[in-house]
Amino acid sequence: MSWVGANLDLIAGHTGSHLLQALPPILIAFVLSLPMAKLANARGWLRTGVTTTSGLMYAIPSLPLFVLLPGLIGTSVRSPLNIAIALSLYGLALMVPAASDAFRSVDRHVLSSATAQGYAPLARFLHVELPLAGPVLLAGVRVVAVSTISLVTVGGVLGVSSLGMLFVDGFRRGIIAEIAAGVVLTAVLALVTDALLVLLGRALMPWTRAQGVRRP
Amino acid sequence: MNENPFAEALAWLAEPTRWSGASGIPARTLEHLGYTALGVAVAALIAIPLGLLVGHTGRGKSLAVAAAGAARALPTLGLVTLFALLVGIGLTAPLLAFVVLAIPSLLAGAYSAIESADPATVDAARAQGMTEWQILTRVELPLGMPLLIGGFRGATVQVVATAMLAAYVGNGGLGRYIFQGLGTQNYPQMIAGSLLVIALALLLDLALLLGQRLTAPRGLRPT
Repeated sequence: MSWVGANLDLIAGHTGSHLLQALPPILIAFVLSLPMAKLANARGWLRTGVTTTSGLMYAIPSLPLFVLLPGLIGTSVRSPLNIAIALSLYGLALMVPAASDAFRSVDRHVLSSATAQGYAPLARFLHVELPLAGPVLLAGVRVVAVSTISLVTVGGVLGVSSLGMLFVDGFRRGIIAEIAAGVVLTAVLALVTDALLVLLGRALMPWTRAQGVRRP
Repeated sequence: MNENPFAEALAWLAEPTRWSGASGIPARTLEHLGYTALGVAVAALIAIPLGLLVGHTGRGKSLAVAAAGAARALPTLGLVTLFALLVGIGLTAPLLAFVVLAIPSLLAGAYSAIESADPATVDAARAQGMTEWQILTRVELPLGMPLLIGGFRGATVQVVATAMLAAYVGNGGLGRYIFQGLGTQNYPQMIAGSLLVIALALLLDLALLLGQRLTAPRGLRPT
């Protein structure tokens, strides 16, 4: 493990760019999935279409998508932006069906009661529907976060800085410790983010604390 | 490079010489399919019996769930390059990575398939005098078949994508075109290779999706 000790700066730099490519897509996927899921739930045919498209989107391997995007939207194959856009698409493919399920899990009678109590549509969404859908939404975001953080590394073969560069460089130079450090750090980054999301969920949804995450 | 790279990629694909020989598109596609089939098959031999056992007995479920979650955090490229250095160049290293990455989906598919059977139905089968083996093969498995195939679907998606990286550590498959194009700065060839992999991945996914629909027991099909 002497390689790790001698290259802490390099590792820190790659970890930083790794997070810069991973965190925005997770946030974008979450925020955009909410209106998209609401829209999809309003129309049966749209919901079927969205679920099918998401499933197929997720079947597309990441490297070919990283390669195709520049030809379609004019980004550079070697730019972190290209990776972040592709990962936002994957995030949406996972998150929209999850959010759609989350909103469907909310009891309609509760929503009707809220309307009867005088909640305006936006207030009803923010104060009643969103919190009740919260636990299922959280489960979706956790899957998106872990898979996004792991997928960022594939950009390494294209020369985009991330922990994936440790695999590429370690393989070229035959340094096992470098690759092992990359694998461990990627997994740790994913699991720490996951744990932080769980803590955030407990802070925002105190009612789920008593018996773990409970479907409303 | 002023020309549209997609038009150039299509021209690359239309070249007749690319469709024959050991490095031709049919041969590379078969290699890719072969890697995928081998990886999923070896993983299934390990994961399916284990998943059926977990689903039928209900023991070790939390461990299986945790394993499936943790495996998602493992970077595929890291595993492929790590095994390549540890085992050496050849097919063994990527195959090891395929198996490790395919097991969680298959395990989850198998136990959730068995678990999805209504406990009342399983009790009824037991009351009728069926043995545990009969309950598993004639009640739980047919009822859960779509979920089991769903596990195969997830594993196949994962392995088709990872099989591309096998080319990165010196093997064949469709990933060759992408990495060759990357090395020679031939963007149209990279696009062509990408289109081939995407087509293969989507075809496999659609075939397994169809399998999921067809094996759904009539009484459980959504109307």
